[in-house]
Amino acid sequence: MGYVKLPIGPQHPALKEPENFTITLDGERVVNVDIRIGYIHRGIEKLMETRTYTQNLYLVERICGICSYAHVYNFTQNVEEILGLQIPKRAEYIRTLFLELERLHSHFLWLGVAGHEIGFDTLFMYTWQDREVVQDLLEMISGNRVNYAMNAIGGVRRDVSQEHRKKVLESMDYLEKRAEFYKNVAINEKTILARAENVGILKPQVALRLTAVGPTARASGISVDIRKDDPYASYLDTPFEVITTDTNDVLGRVVVRVLEIVESIKIIRYLMEHLPEGDILKKAPRKIPEGESISHTEAPRGEDIHYLHSNGTEKPDRYKVRTPTLANLPATAEMLKETYLADVPIIVAAIDPCMGCMDRVLLLKDGQEKPGELISGEQLRRYGIKWYAERGWNA
Amino acid sequence: MKTPGKMLPKIIGFIFRKPVTVRYPKERLTPPATLRGKMKFHLDRCISCGLCARDCPSGACTMHEIEAKKRPVFDLDYCTFCAQCAESCPKDAIEMTAEFELAHYKKGEAIVK
Repeated sequence: MGYVKLPIGPQHPALKEPENFTITLDGERVVNVDIRIGYIHRGIEKLMETRTYTQNLYLVERICGICSYAHVYNFTQNVEEILGLQIPKRAEYIRTLFLELERLHSHFLWLGVAGHEIGFDTLFMYTWQDREVVQDLLEMISGNRVNYAMNAIGGVRRDVSQEHRKKVLESMDYLEKRAEFYKNVAINEKTILARAENVGILKPQVALRLTAVGPTARASGISVDIRKDDPYASYLDTPFEVITTDTNDVLGRVVVRVLEIVESIKIIRYLMEHLPEGDILKKAPRKIPEGESISHTEAPRGEDIHYLHSNGTEKPDRYKVRTPTLANLPATAEMLKETYLADVPIIVAAIDPCMGCMDRVLLLKDGQEKPGELISGEQLRRYGIKWYAERGWNA
Repeated sequence: MKTPGKMLPKIIGFIFRKPVTVRYPKERLTPPATLRGKMKFHLDRCISCGLCARDCPSGACTMHEIEAKKRPVFDLDYCTFCAQCAESCPKDAIEMTAEFELAHYKKGEAIVK
């Protein structure tokens, strides 16, 4: 029997975001996968060059809807690095609190999405209900559920009061019980085991070669965690462990994330009990001196890298973002090989993909390898009108 | 223990629980005190420095000359409610309230002066 090429996406019910997987099938078995990205490029990096650093605080937050704080943390860390600004200890602790609360809600969300992908919607409802507890905490402290607008250059904008601290600690007690429950479910529940065990195998050597990051790499037994390898914020003070498993499959990725929830709860407890007194914001100048800086953090999905080049004005000269999903995509193509078609959605979901944050400009070449051509917006408009007119359609 | 009924006690428990949602708009949840809602502008405190318009990330706040005084005008259609204007204001002339029900029919209807 010959091979069948099956295009999944850019618009497909199994996908949450537009991307294209062209899957070569031998019966039900996946032989090869071709991933094509670039459908939701938003031009944020270019837009950042036209805005001041203060305005960029809110733009950079909108790179991702879930790990928004990891991005804004990277941005402020870059700017503070160039300025040589040491932020107050209390602000550092509050930033770490937000990084960890974000990891909590992201992992709860992912657990629900994974449940949904394997047809286990009960789990989806449960985890999303518990995620609300975290969202309420974020809303209580920052005023917003998603884009917290918490960071300013030189510190944080809002303080954590005594009542907030009490409420956070109370919620952590509840969430810890829930995390234990999910741990039990992930290891024992037949529905999950049947769909996740020995599915989407990624061997450690392959994961290293294809630069897998975050929970995807840790589920293959590679101990990479920027929080431990290159501590930022107040991770040097906080005791926690890097979670790894050696099952190399989707189940391993579930277990890593559930155990990371437990670790995050530990970190948040420590932060709330040892919150130092003092200022939360230092005044920063509007103009940033010439220089360049690179910053990386462990976002919920893996290593997030930001690069900033400043030219002594109020606006950045160049800003570059590499989100964890881009690093995980080559490994995804490898994981999909030799699996069954029905397992494709859960394997893709297991890296916790966020295509919107990842998309970069894609240069397409035709068969003759003709060099690309740069055209203006006006030219593009005329080309569009001509293209439709040639086909007899009224633009 | 590999049993399919791992979640069964939980499922039965849910039958006797009150719903998490409330019957909006008859019942309302109280928003947190930190909520950034519709802003309130105090004209008497304004010194026309324009810092709010300069720092606004979404172009919602612009400076206009009204009755011989330069003052900010906020178009909530563009506003992201980040409260940077309130933070940038040296005289605390901008204040964020907890009002969040701002739905309207036409563009340009929600303007704070």
